[in-house]
Amino acid sequence: MGLAKRIIPCLDVTGGRVVKGVNFVGLRDAGDPVEIARRYDEQGADELTFLDITASSDERGLILRIIEDVASQVFIPLTVGGGVRAVADVRSLLNAGADKVSMNTSAVSNPDLVAEASSRFGSQCIVVAIDAKRTGEGQWEVFTHGGRRQTGLDAIEWAVRMQQLGAGEILLTSMDRDGTKNGFDIELTRAVSDALDIPLIASGGVGNLAHLAQGVLEGHADAVLAASIFHYGEYTVRQAKEYMANRHIEVRL
Amino acid sequence: MAEIAIIDYGMGNLRSVAHAIEHVSPQSKVAVTSDPAEILKASHVVFPGQGAMPDCMRELDSRGLRDAVMRSAREKPFLGICIGLQMLFDFSEEGNVAGLGILRGKVKRFPQDKMFDSSGEKLKVPHIGWNQVETCLSHPLWEGIAQGSRFYFVHSYYAEPDDEGIVAATSRYPFRFASAVAKGNIFAVQFHPEKSQSAGLALLRNFSAWNGAI
Repeated sequence: MGLAKRIIPCLDVTGGRVVKGVNFVGLRDAGDPVEIARRYDEQGADELTFLDITASSDERGLILRIIEDVASQVFIPLTVGGGVRAVADVRSLLNAGADKVSMNTSAVSNPDLVAEASSRFGSQCIVVAIDAKRTGEGQWEVFTHGGRRQTGLDAIEWAVRMQQLGAGEILLTSMDRDGTKNGFDIELTRAVSDALDIPLIASGGVGNLAHLAQGVLEGHADAVLAASIFHYGEYTVRQAKEYMANRHIEVRL
Repeated sequence: MAEIAIIDYGMGNLRSVAHAIEHVSPQSKVAVTSDPAEILKASHVVFPGQGAMPDCMRELDSRGLRDAVMRSAREKPFLGICIGLQMLFDFSEEGNVAGLGILRGKVKRFPQDKMFDSSGEKLKVPHIGWNQVETCLSHPLWEGIAQGSRFYFVHSYYAEPDDEGIVAATSRYPFRFASAVAKGNIFAVQFHPEKSQSAGLALLRNFSAWNGAI
């Protein structure tokens, strides 16, 4: 027995509420962030990821207050992403109670931010999120701005570069699978995870518990992230863990 | 009533540690502080640490806190967390820096060439996530915590004490390393109790009630 594979529910937050949409449209209200965080904690979630999907400057304060509330009641690691553009943003999120901060678009537009933030606060709290779309056989390209903008960067090379600049983990989302419920892009997940020495969190496409197990067993992910299968009560985190344990995946039960 | 000082030397978020202790021990007075006088006055001292050890050592010294740490580690219930454990030892391979030398031994990096599990799959560094903690000595801080409980880890370096007798628990990644050490009034853990849900909260509750004796 040793290190457990992690299950991480993801909460998309806007206007102080958790929402879930398909392909960034048709957002549905899924509830109060603190209430949902507590519920997942009770179910045995290994970490929680909050994605601030508004991230407009006038609403920045909202996510800080949510993180403060959650951090004083829920004692598991918290990752926060969305709209992180400067070292000062990283600092204010960490001070509010985040354990890790994730960067996506800003890592592409300013890779030095990853280097600077990890040297200032430590690699352990810097997660680089990569949105990747398949462009050919065994090839994926990095997209930014919520998947709307092409970058010309190869996803595998980009992940390795982020590791070199000081990222402590990579959160990889398949844009082709996100919101589809057809399962992870296993080939992408495995290619990136195998290229890295740092942990990989797989995301995008989870529709059932078998998909979570596949991400670990076939995709070689160190952690799996999912949103909708947990938000609407289809499955609890505990059910997901029991399913994985039955497939000989080491989990925290 | 315990007065618990959490030593703040500018490295990382200490609010989580404070929140967790306040949660399990509401009657305790918890202060996040970089004031040596307040640290020396406290009944209990928590010595956390995040980031890189060379930075932690430099910041500790630049804030003039070394002496308060050394004295607290001699006198009162003292809890080191993560880099706060590593800094207690003589030396770290991270940046090849000297530690505080309170405990004999050194801090090493997980060797990339040995990081494979029993089925040959690559193990990632940092060691991030929930691993089992096998306690190997009975101690008031383990009270009520089941053998093999999982705690949350985030680190790339681990301590190797010269004296095996101070190892309070081990974890495996892929080899066994000291995940907790204990000597007199000092207890230190490589994992983060403040992020380890019920097992971590139990440890912090035990610490706030501990008188420093074994």
